[in-house]
Amino acid sequence: MKMKTTICATFMAALMSTAAFADDIKPGVVYDFGGRNDRSFNEAAFNGAEMFKERTGINYRDFEIQNPSQREQALRNFARRGLDPIITIGFAQAAALEKVAKEFPETRFAIVDSVVDLPNVRSIVFREEQGSYLVGMLAAMATETDTISFVGGMDIPLIRKFACGYKQGAHAVNPDIEIIENMTGTTGAAWTDPVKGGELARSQFARDSDVVFHAAGATGMGVLQAAADEGKLGIGVDSNQNHLHPGQVLTSMVKAVDVAVDTALEDARTDQWSNGVQVMGLAEDGVSWALDEHNQDLISEDMKTAVDAAKQDIISGKIEVHDYMVDNTCPF
Amino acid sequence: MTKGQLPNWVEYGVLPAINLIAAFLVSGAVVLLIGENPLEAVKWLVWGALGYGEGVGFTLFYATNFIFTGLAVAVAFHAGLFNIGGEGQAYVGGLGVALACLAMDQYVPWYVTMPFAILGGAAFGAGWALIPGYLQAKRGSHIVITTIMFNFIASSLMVYLLANVLRPQGSMQPSTRGFEEGGQLPLLRHMFPGFDLGQSPVNLALFISLVACVLVWLLIWRTKLGYEIRTFGQNPSAAVYAGISPVRITVITMLISGALAGMMGINEVMGAQARLLLDFTAGYGFVGIAVALMGRGHPIGIILASVLFGMLYQGGAELAFEIPTITRDMIVVIQALVILFAGALEYMFRPAVVAFFNQFAGEKAVA
Repeated sequence: MKMKTTICATFMAALMSTAAFADDIKPGVVYDFGGRNDRSFNEAAFNGAEMFKERTGINYRDFEIQNPSQREQALRNFARRGLDPIITIGFAQAAALEKVAKEFPETRFAIVDSVVDLPNVRSIVFREEQGSYLVGMLAAMATETDTISFVGGMDIPLIRKFACGYKQGAHAVNPDIEIIENMTGTTGAAWTDPVKGGELARSQFARDSDVVFHAAGATGMGVLQAAADEGKLGIGVDSNQNHLHPGQVLTSMVKAVDVAVDTALEDARTDQWSNGVQVMGLAEDGVSWALDEHNQDLISEDMKTAVDAAKQDIISGKIEVHDYMVDNTCPF
Repeated sequence: MTKGQLPNWVEYGVLPAINLIAAFLVSGAVVLLIGENPLEAVKWLVWGALGYGEGVGFTLFYATNFIFTGLAVAVAFHAGLFNIGGEGQAYVGGLGVALACLAMDQYVPWYVTMPFAILGGAAFGAGWALIPGYLQAKRGSHIVITTIMFNFIASSLMVYLLANVLRPQGSMQPSTRGFEEGGQLPLLRHMFPGFDLGQSPVNLALFISLVACVLVWLLIWRTKLGYEIRTFGQNPSAAVYAGISPVRITVITMLISGALAGMMGINEVMGAQARLLLDFTAGYGFVGIAVALMGRGHPIGIILASVLFGMLYQGGAELAFEIPTITRDMIVVIQALVILFAGALEYMFRPAVVAFFNQFAGEKAVA
């Protein structure tokens, strides 16, 4: 017990010293199963932390989760070592964070993709359905066969949310459009199987699809490759993937995880940290569709106008994009 | 002692130790290759696993999983069956545990729930092993293939159930709701406040796994059924000649094996997470194969091997924490090397050791 008190005191001292020198923060990042080099979601977070490190020269520590029991352990280890703020990546960390954040009320935590309602936690959530809606519109306008498709990674609610927004957007352009939807798998391996992703895309092309949107992490690399090989169009996800196959990637549904992580760290550094829910939708530039030199020839002026108008309507609330996870159904 | 045989202490002590040392030497070389000090790495690994209360707790927690899955593989081994399906059986067993907890946790205390949870885990795990066992016994479909396939079926089934059926409304995570007190096993840190186990999730399931070890020992070496299992495993045709039914032994052994794997859910689902999570098995079922091989199919060996792998898991995590250049993938490499040397290459040093001891024994005979 005495030992514990001493340790606690040391941590408290460490915490207070970090608070005293706000520009000297010691951030920690905990990734989910995918790991920091998954070329997708976790990597976006990693990039955000790297952006911060490059700009400020402040180093951070990170940890890649391997099994569910390590979630709490990793958070606790970081908190005990006086790291602050601690950014957790992925909705699966929510339960662990809820527990640990209560144990370390002085430490600032953030979680990406989930909500943890505690006074020392910033919850960052994205409105993926809004971004997917816009790329769904683009897909529906770009298709010449009136058939588009979707390749998801692992079959989980979050990915169905992408699919549902995509379908709604496509239906808004053309109510009779044919949409083929496939999930790669049901295990974590579904995120890292580009070969299967490519096969799924090819089978969709064989059924007349000519635009395919993937929300499948590294599996999507195979989807985009297949689209490029067969002269069809792919749509990237999470980061801007237009450059992977210039002229063959219609656009990318960009989820600004990197910006969110960088902003959180910056806010901690400049003492502007805020807790509570941070919703990153179209209005906050948390999700967007990518337009750059690699795909500008694919996006006509009409398409751009239509999508920009829809974006404004979504922001103003005139168009309501259905969120799959609210009721676990997709009416489209 | 006949030629080619080794005294027990060499067979079960020296040989595994040599394999282990070889594995660590190669791991050390890998650590050197990436430019870190292997001694430093070993220090963090051992300290992380055994150096402080919470580390010990986590080591024992992981060991509990490995004891269950290791026993499962070992029992099947004794009948000459290679059960690769521990992962899937544990996964579905977790469902059995979770259903018992979900049904009872709000009404009764944990000690009432526990027997049902154990039964549920064992029954579901056994059920998952039944079909491959039956197919092997009746149709000759190879158990290795069918159990591997059943791992995938288990995974798909659980994703479906967790994403569509068991998930509470509005929750993002594909998992069941958290269990109330009545569905949680007591943690050892609460049962024995005198021991410093930090915040580790090691729980009562550790003792359940030790009881399972004793029961498996009794079953295999002290019962008629165990004798039949071993006979069948060592020589199926002789077993048939002796009047042992291959169908019966195959199916029963697989049921026991699956039940043991399924009980892993007690530790993870009812003990640590207090909910059923997607992929909670995290490869423990596969590690069970290495544990059973390393422990030579004997409960004592399995306990020791489980603690070793528990140390690798917990110490490995600590190592990745302390030395950032050693990523979790490096830890997997080290674990894989241990599995390689202890499992796949277990006979590599054996001829040399046998030769050494035969010479030794020969000299003694002359003298």
